[in-house]
Amino acid sequence: MIFNFLNLMFQIQIKEGTGPVFFVLVLFVAALFFFLDKARKGATFKIRKIAGLDAVNEAIGRATEMGKSILYTTGLETASHIATIASLTILSRVAKRAARYGTRLQVPSFDPIVMSLSQEIVRESYLEEGMVDSFKGDDIFYLTQEQFAYTAAVEGVLVREKPATVFLMGYFYAESLLLAETGNSIGAIQIAGTDAVTQLPFFIVSCDYTLIGEELYAASAYLSEDSNIISSLKAQDFGKALLWIFLLLGSIVTFAGSTKFLSLLGAST
Amino acid sequence: MNNRGPLLIAFVCGMLMMAESFLDYSWLNSFAEWVQKYYIIIAAFAIVLGVASLFKLHLAKLKRKEDGWRYSLVVFFGFFAMIITGFFMNDDGLVGTKHPWNAWLYNNVQLPLGATMFSLLAFFIASAAYRAFRARSLEATLLLVAACLVMLGQVPILTGGIFDNLPEIKQWILDIPNMASKRAIMIGVGLGMMSTALKIIFGIEKTYLGGSEE
Repeated sequence: MIFNFLNLMFQIQIKEGTGPVFFVLVLFVAALFFFLDKARKGATFKIRKIAGLDAVNEAIGRATEMGKSILYTTGLETASHIATIASLTILSRVAKRAARYGTRLQVPSFDPIVMSLSQEIVRESYLEEGMVDSFKGDDIFYLTQEQFAYTAAVEGVLVREKPATVFLMGYFYAESLLLAETGNSIGAIQIAGTDAVTQLPFFIVSCDYTLIGEELYAASAYLSEDSNIISSLKAQDFGKALLWIFLLLGSIVTFAGSTKFLSLLGAST
Repeated sequence: MNNRGPLLIAFVCGMLMMAESFLDYSWLNSFAEWVQKYYIIIAAFAIVLGVASLFKLHLAKLKRKEDGWRYSLVVFFGFFAMIITGFFMNDDGLVGTKHPWNAWLYNNVQLPLGATMFSLLAFFIASAAYRAFRARSLEATLLLVAACLVMLGQVPILTGGIFDNLPEIKQWILDIPNMASKRAIMIGVGLGMMSTALKIIFGIEKTYLGGSEE
């Protein structure tokens, strides 16, 4: 409807069937800037406790006390995957804390671009902590882009180096359980996070803490404790509330026998 | 570090790619294709960085004779064997991955090793399931009962009598509570993706550039 209006008024060529997504996107962007503006005016936002993220400091501290390393993997996707980007933002926070405590951080990479990004992120984190001399570029290394060769190599690192803490953050496939169980067998404290729904049960069973779905994306904001970034979580909550309303309205209208609501959203009936 | 340049690139590219999802202009579609092609080109060049990193790591292991340094020899052997048979050997016009030696190495070394790793999953699933299905709490007991129903419903060994309805019960568990939970997670993931993408496009989240606001 909106798109037809735009099309008629401004001769904008709009792709068919993208209306509902565009509508939600506009509302989401508006909510994002509304909460960002509130944060900049000094508002503070309360967010629920996420055990897995509260345990990050404890996990890094444990590795420091034991004099062992931390292993961080960004998953098996490339830099164009949003879960990998979310993982890299968490890596930055973890690297800063590892640098602060002088704990060795190893990042075996599946993708060469992700490796380059990880190296730069970790180096910058060490620089910000004034510990650039402790930064070892060789600890962020490329392994292979073969799924099970990568798994074997990471398992090798786990068994040989026996890190005290393992972070499995990003998108994973069938190797999730192999990595998590190996980490479990060496007694490492494991914090996993993924948006791969099919792999979540494996992480929940084998890891000490698991960030489920959206928690992976909230992690960076949560760990930053920066109101500006946390404000984006409020926009997410707004998005959820909006979807709740749509679901409720859709259910009521559909149960009443009308298909208009579904047609409006472009869904097939 | 001055992040303005990368932030501007992220904003312009992000907005154009987002517009491409909604607007039907040929130049915008061409831009999206161009960006995707460049990503492939950059990825191809980045392989060199990856290989350099791998070599550096294993050369250092060999030099220092670290634990397991012999495995580094296997890495070099495998790497050069595939390079030589793939790039420099010609068997009656059969080159690259079609060269018989290269194909033999792939089919008889690479594939079985991958399959071996994958098959380990069966044992890991058993050990993980043992831990998960111990009925220590109400949630764990529910999980145990649901898992047993799904597993029994999956195999046709208990058909007849009171077990006739097991496949239907299994399907109900998969279609209703399981699907509802999965969709709830997927809705959260979708919003999280959108939020992360927008934070990066609008420069609210900068940690991926290396700097941070902490």
